[in-house]
Amino acid sequence: MAGQLTPMTSAPVHPQAKHHKNTLWWRLFKNRTYFLFCLPGVVFMILFFYIPVLANVVAFKDFSYSEGGFIAGLLQSPWVGFNNFKFFFESADFWIVTRNTIGYNMVFLLLNFFFAIFFAIIMSQLRNRRLLRGYQTLMLFPYFLSWAVLQYFVYAFLNPDKGIVNQMIHALAGGKGIDFYNNPAPWPFIILFLGVWKGIGYNSILYFATAMGIDPTLYEASMIDGASKWQQIKNVTIPHIVPVATLMLILNIGGIFRSDIGLFYVVPRMSGPLINVTQTFDTYIYRALTTTNDIGMSTAAGLVQSVVGAALILTCNAIVRKVEPKSALF
Amino acid sequence: MAKRQKKQLSSVEIRSFGPGANLFFNIFLAIFAVSCIFPFLFIIVISFTRESDLVQYGYQLWPKHWSFGAYQYLQSFSGQFLQSLGVTIFITVVGTCLNTLFSATYGYAISRKDFTYRRFFTVFALISLLFTPGMVPTYLVVTRMLHLSDNIWALILPGAFGVYNVLIMRTFYLTQVPDSIVESARIDGASELLIFRKIVIPLAIPGIATISLFSALGFWNDWFNGMLYITSDSKVPLQYLLVRIQSNIDILAKSAQQSSTIGAAVAAIPSEGTRMAMVVLSTLPIALTYPFFQKYFVRGMTIGGVKE
Repeated sequence: MAGQLTPMTSAPVHPQAKHHKNTLWWRLFKNRTYFLFCLPGVVFMILFFYIPVLANVVAFKDFSYSEGGFIAGLLQSPWVGFNNFKFFFESADFWIVTRNTIGYNMVFLLLNFFFAIFFAIIMSQLRNRRLLRGYQTLMLFPYFLSWAVLQYFVYAFLNPDKGIVNQMIHALAGGKGIDFYNNPAPWPFIILFLGVWKGIGYNSILYFATAMGIDPTLYEASMIDGASKWQQIKNVTIPHIVPVATLMLILNIGGIFRSDIGLFYVVPRMSGPLINVTQTFDTYIYRALTTTNDIGMSTAAGLVQSVVGAALILTCNAIVRKVEPKSALF
Repeated sequence: MAKRQKKQLSSVEIRSFGPGANLFFNIFLAIFAVSCIFPFLFIIVISFTRESDLVQYGYQLWPKHWSFGAYQYLQSFSGQFLQSLGVTIFITVVGTCLNTLFSATYGYAISRKDFTYRRFFTVFALISLLFTPGMVPTYLVVTRMLHLSDNIWALILPGAFGVYNVLIMRTFYLTQVPDSIVESARIDGASELLIFRKIVIPLAIPGIATISLFSALGFWNDWFNGMLYITSDSKVPLQYLLVRIQSNIDILAKSAQQSSTIGAAVAAIPSEGTRMAMVVLSTLPIALTYPFFQKYFVRGMTIGGVKE
């Protein structure tokens, strides 16, 4: 990309400027407008990224608020080493939280990849462009809605008395139906279905664009060689999609300890009986923060989440860079 | 021209399914596509169902009695609804302006080859894609250091800058704004600010449209910051209002078995149909506009991932 742009050296330099050119002050002065452009972003990053990152030391402290303000409280609170982590790792919740978060995310990763690529390929092979655009528009709709709204959609189906699912069960099989918000058994499927359903339109865009960008002569050549449709997809389309999918895998693998709090907390309506199948890192941290107000331990849990996420991205990227440098992220 | 058209036609022919498979997958996609819009249509139907029907028959795809009752009843609850709508519109407008401005300028600076500290500022922002500070430390900084508890700016400032938006804009400037134009304007003596305002911005309008839409959607749909920071009714955004009503109902349903002195609290909760009417009204702006903006979202999705 750098090669397409004119190198800076072509700009005329004022003769007087030339002899200041290498001093630090001159460089700072020359870049002053760019500093101005960066300023709001820098202030934001300091307030909402760098200070919170440093505030993670709370995980190693017995934190209490101080009269002297937040920073003073941070400095005055006594160090407790890894006690907060130990407390978290030894709690009964740790196993459930880890199992749910990783379990759901592994399945999500798999299903999202499979369905996004599957939908992208079949969409790229459709004959009627206008219908295709219609499908794409409709499929994107759930992506644009929040879980706060979608929970009502789900409720219209799962409401134990009035919901359409129980009405159908009642009409077909008789009996009372399922008390969805008190019965954990169906929830893993509900959550997986909703997560995949909401994201399919969005997730398939990138692969669709990739599939549409493939040189048609490749298909032509394979057709002359007598390849069937399936062989064309296997040998032409999929190899083109793999590098993009690898990049997305690196980006998504860091999220394996993250969960959408809307899907796991708001959609099941914060229901207590469902907690074994809906409690993830994020819901656990939120509950610890708001109900028990355990700052140290909830920060420790969050730090585990972030550190493992970053480590996974770096590892995955390093492996990809070794095997297929073109697909690596950095 | 004619030759090119012919080639395009044949490329569709080559890439596409045969007629049988085409029909099958069309039906498959049509069913899935309808499943994406169906729940919303169902909610609209519920909101137009007579309240007594909802109690008697449950939610129906085609109710026995249609009614505007839910929307009329919304008027008695409209104090809160309109207030929340106002909050949401305010944070969406102000937040989107700030985010777009800050992300667009930052992205421009790190896209310029003649910015000496370009690499430093790129890494300075992009590092946040690798590591996240976590919910609790952010909460502590917002409430304890910036003192934004129950303050409307707690809904705006955490979203006032977006690193993904910066990336999108950077790619946009690199590919859509030719360096030579900027250079020649500079030789003509235009100041950097003037160049940005008069030359770069007009060229980058599609990119700006993309990031402002992403950002507007984020603010409109945000309920989590409301749940985390807002306590007084007058500052509750629409999406959090929807979450709060739902959880209030659940709390009441549980305590109803124990006490009978909750009449006043029950009155504060809108009826079933009214709740659905609120869901419809808060979804409608998105449902009506996104098909027109879709191409910008799609562009944003495919543009962001360009490596340096």
